[in-house]
Amino acid sequence: MSDVQWEAVIGIEIHAQLLTATKMFCGCALSFGDPANTHTCPVCLAHPGALPVVNAEAIRLALIAGHALGCEIPERSVFSRKNYFYPDLPKAYQISQFDEPICGPGRFRFLTEDGEKFLGITRAHLEEDAAKLNHFGGEGRRADALGSVVDFNRGGTPLLEIVTEPELHNGTDAAAFLKQLRQTLVHLGITDGSMEQGSMRADANISIRPMGVTTLGTKTELKNMNSFTFLERGIAAEIERQIGIVESGGTVTQETLHYEPTTGHITSLRSKEEAHDYRYFPEPDLVPVVPDRGWVDEIRAALPELPVDRRDRWMREYGLTFEDAEVLSEPAALGDYFEQVAAVAPPKSAANWVRGDLRAFLRERGQEPWESDVPPAAVAQIISMVEAREISMPSAKQVLAHVVEHGGDPKEVVASLGLGAIQDESALIAIVDALIAANPEQAAQLRDGKDKLVGFFVGQAMKATQGRADPGRIGELVRERVAAS
Amino acid sequence: MIDDAITRHVARLARLGLTEDEVVRMQHELSAILEYVDQVQGLELADIVPTTHAIPLSNVLREDVPTPSVSAELALREGPNVTADGFTVPRMG
Repeated sequence: MSDVQWEAVIGIEIHAQLLTATKMFCGCALSFGDPANTHTCPVCLAHPGALPVVNAEAIRLALIAGHALGCEIPERSVFSRKNYFYPDLPKAYQISQFDEPICGPGRFRFLTEDGEKFLGITRAHLEEDAAKLNHFGGEGRRADALGSVVDFNRGGTPLLEIVTEPELHNGTDAAAFLKQLRQTLVHLGITDGSMEQGSMRADANISIRPMGVTTLGTKTELKNMNSFTFLERGIAAEIERQIGIVESGGTVTQETLHYEPTTGHITSLRSKEEAHDYRYFPEPDLVPVVPDRGWVDEIRAALPELPVDRRDRWMREYGLTFEDAEVLSEPAALGDYFEQVAAVAPPKSAANWVRGDLRAFLRERGQEPWESDVPPAAVAQIISMVEAREISMPSAKQVLAHVVEHGGDPKEVVASLGLGAIQDESALIAIVDALIAANPEQAAQLRDGKDKLVGFFVGQAMKATQGRADPGRIGELVRERVAAS
Repeated sequence: MIDDAITRHVARLARLGLTEDEVVRMQHELSAILEYVDQVQGLELADIVPTTHAIPLSNVLREDVPTPSVSAELALREGPNVTADGFTVPRMG
């Protein structure tokens, strides 16, 4: 064993399927779950002589993503062939980009519980997805299959591959980054971001080095993690594995790995000896893309507020916690709803009500706030009544439940259900005095300094008034009257 | 000069099964081609942008509008080994 402190160095590669109507280089419609091989043509089946043509919408989406990632947009970009043989790749090369990607270096800001962080973006480039292989025989896995059936529906789907700098140091930050990136891309309509369906996939390049060293160690690549939790856990497991190897005198081998989330095991997919030699060269069937600068600027100007800026604004201007802001920002429609409530009511209360009781009450009915009949103004009004001490907190919840169930104006609901707070001070005093008289033992203990008994009396008073008393005021009165009795 | 090992490596990348005689022949032919192209290295090219396409064109794009695909039946018709679900391929190593 050594006393060396290890630092992990992590870079992420993300593949996101673009929300276009058609494939990257042909007019076949994108589909998910349609019968196999019903969305193909000579181009995506790689018939000799068929020529690819670039989808303009894929370029537009890539440029939007580039701006959101803080990337430079180079004057021109070129497609290249990445050569390898595999049955899911009918041309025996994937049209991708190599030395002239659509988006150049950038910097992406993301929020964590420890504050904002930045991650360098190396590049983002366009490419086509491979076809889907369905293995048969054995357990349905590649390793023990008898063979595979190729479905070309997915082949040629436009992908944006985003490559980050190796600047992350743990799985937690990697997951926070990926979460925020996904939220951003989904918000901008670039991808649907479904990790379960594979429309967003992440690989992590991981190496370790002694703390203080600036050169990079041998990296391994952890493939295709399809959830934030798996990414975080997989990275942690791989860092631990590498430290174990090095501390026991071994060396890390450059290889591609698979993290099995159910067992936590890491297995090798292929080692460096088998690593691909892709022989990239410019795709002669496609001419360069030179985005019009006016168009590039137009897209930048039309960029809406990014989720990171929105959350940051809520935390700064509304005083929301990191967690409040994170929960309320997803999906964007919930954030819109919250903002409408917060425009009228105190934002912190708005946050609590929207993410708390409102969402809980609506979920029982299988609804979400933004698709419900409960207008943000009604929630704001309930909050205002609580603030003005016109109704107690328990009554407010009753009013909200009623509005969710039956609709109606909160003020009228308060009146019709008789939920208005008991404002009459003498009535409250009478209630408190009666409780003190009925519970002499508790009153004596409270007088002797057992202060938590205030809660007992408040509870009794709330029960006696069916929640229509202001618990804060009752507490004050209990102390006063006990001391005076 | 292309050596024996590079010739075999390139053949493997191209999934070509060469006989020993062919390895020798390819080694010489590849070398001759590369030496011919290598003459370009002798030119003063620092200011020349690499050509990626024979025609000076850019931005040949198409609108994102679906066009008809072929039927699955037609797509699979010429496949040497197909099932109703698609092209069948042997297991991958």
